[in-house]
Amino acid sequence: MTKKSTETTAPKNRSTTNKTVGVNDINNNDLSSTEILPVAGGGILDRRLFLKRSLIFTTATLITESSVEAAAEGISPTNSGQSPSMLKPGNTFSNYGLPSPYESQTIRWVSANAMADGNGVSWCPLHELEGIITPNGLHYERHHNGVPDIDPANHQLLIHGLVERPLTFSIDDLKRYPMESRICFVECGGNSNAGWNKRPVQAAAGHIHGLVSCSEWTGVPLSILLHEAGIRPNASWLIAEAADGVAMNISIPVEKAMDDAILALYQNGERIRPENGYPLRLLLPGWEGVTNVKWLRRLQLTDQPVMSRNETAKYTELMPSGKSRQFTFEMEAKSLITSPCAGQEMHGAGYYQITGLAWSGKGKITKVEVSADGGKTWADSELQEPVLSKSFTRFRIPWKWDGSLAVIKSRATDETGYVQPERDVLVKERGRHGYFHYNAIVSWEIAAEGYVSYVYA
Amino acid sequence: MFTPKQCFIFMLSMFSAVVHAELEQEIQGPKLGKPASEEVIKAWDSSIFPDGKGLPVGKGTVAEGKVLFKAQCAICHGPAGVGGTAEELSGGEQGLTGEYPDKTIGTYWLYATTLFDFIKRGMPLMAPGSLSNDQTYALTAYLLHINEILPADAIMSNENLFQVEMPNREGMIWIYPALKEEPNPVSGN
Repeated sequence: MTKKSTETTAPKNRSTTNKTVGVNDINNNDLSSTEILPVAGGGILDRRLFLKRSLIFTTATLITESSVEAAAEGISPTNSGQSPSMLKPGNTFSNYGLPSPYESQTIRWVSANAMADGNGVSWCPLHELEGIITPNGLHYERHHNGVPDIDPANHQLLIHGLVERPLTFSIDDLKRYPMESRICFVECGGNSNAGWNKRPVQAAAGHIHGLVSCSEWTGVPLSILLHEAGIRPNASWLIAEAADGVAMNISIPVEKAMDDAILALYQNGERIRPENGYPLRLLLPGWEGVTNVKWLRRLQLTDQPVMSRNETAKYTELMPSGKSRQFTFEMEAKSLITSPCAGQEMHGAGYYQITGLAWSGKGKITKVEVSADGGKTWADSELQEPVLSKSFTRFRIPWKWDGSLAVIKSRATDETGYVQPERDVLVKERGRHGYFHYNAIVSWEIAAEGYVSYVYA
Repeated sequence: MFTPKQCFIFMLSMFSAVVHAELEQEIQGPKLGKPASEEVIKAWDSSIFPDGKGLPVGKGTVAEGKVLFKAQCAICHGPAGVGGTAEELSGGEQGLTGEYPDKTIGTYWLYATTLFDFIKRGMPLMAPGSLSNDQTYALTAYLLHINEILPADAIMSNENLFQVEMPNREGMIWIYPALKEEPNPVSGN
């Protein structure tokens, strides 16, 4: 299923038909007899309530275009109490499984250049997902000239420049090296950049903030190959080049390459998907997506950056002074409520679970606070294990919505003590024309009617 | 004499000492890299640096570039680099500090070598790699001309492209902390 938008900004919600996803019964009667006091304004409840009580929560509904028929057909028990699916054999096995047809709305949202359809992005539907691992088919994409078709049998990696021994490696060679796995996010430097606009755009959360995804990546630590090639003392940079239709290239400090860089061959257990760099991707945990070079073919050790287009004219951040920030690399701490959020709808006052994602390119998330009164008061959310460095961290907190206008927001803190800034603080520091590295607190406004929209608050 | 258990513990400690020493050195791979010949490196090495290192031999004029631009680039970038579906390439009138800054080649790009490099790598997007070195010099010259950096009779080549002074040459502040310990080797900041 392919859906495309040629708009240059995030598309608007595409339909108003509702489908309930993962909804449990509302069971407010059970709660009315016991007193549950909020821990912060707007009805935020103690995060440990999940553990203490067997409360039953609702989730917001996703606004989608399909599956009305599911409600009509699926839940009519027969006289014997059996579902229709129990009265016939099911479908046969499959060589490669696909999502349920009832989940056809859970797709990447494509926004490509009208004249060059391999140049653009596709957004990860964060508002449709749970947990911290992004399914491979939903990992966000940013391509500069399409997804190349590469036969791994014909692919080589060249390491040269300021090394003692210039070397080439085949993919089969690399598969014999010691590997390591790590779960980490990859985020485009331009993610969330609509936030720099004067007015908030209206789109589903993933179509504004979904140029970020999180996977388990497996491959060869780059330091092993650099040791084998023998780095000369005057090598301070490493230029990585892709085998795509723009031979995308970018400069990376050798320090990072020797620290935690991985030459990734696998993503979530299977070989990396073509759109994520098959057969070989340079993975730089915590660093902006453009440095995580896909379709990697060449690594050149040098004593200076190459000053390619994507580290000078792009992926640099213009500030009010007229000077720009260059080589920003690390993605600073950020968080986002993914339910309830824009793209979803509430169904009446009562108990809800607020949940979302937090991540930092500097290390572990240590705290995610949530506010339901526009930031006047905050409460600590529950961090779902595992909490890993440079990875998505899932947070959750219960909330009793009183049915009136509310603004909910989340604020992440990482292990360096860095606290995600409010938008006005970020804009005051950087202006509105930086384009990249927007990580301000995201506010969702919930109207009395149940609609959720993106606001600056 | 040692009991078998003591022997085992002794051997275990020796073993772990060896393993520890290995880890402290470096993780060894199977060393399967094959030596890359000078020819292979030369064929693959397409890097072009701000100091001109890597620029291939060739030259081109503004006039040649104008013809090429109209034929191969204007469909996406618009006539004279403005008003197309793709990146705006010229016409930066607002500068970088106004309410609507113009980040064009003339106002924002740091090095003329980057322009040659990017065109040579990926342009035009429908036929990357199709432009010759001379054609790429010509297009680079034309783009620098319409950004009011070069006169109409300019010729660009591997001899002089890296000497072009771009207006935003000193426009960057390096952020990554490890880079701050030494002065920026390119700009000297």
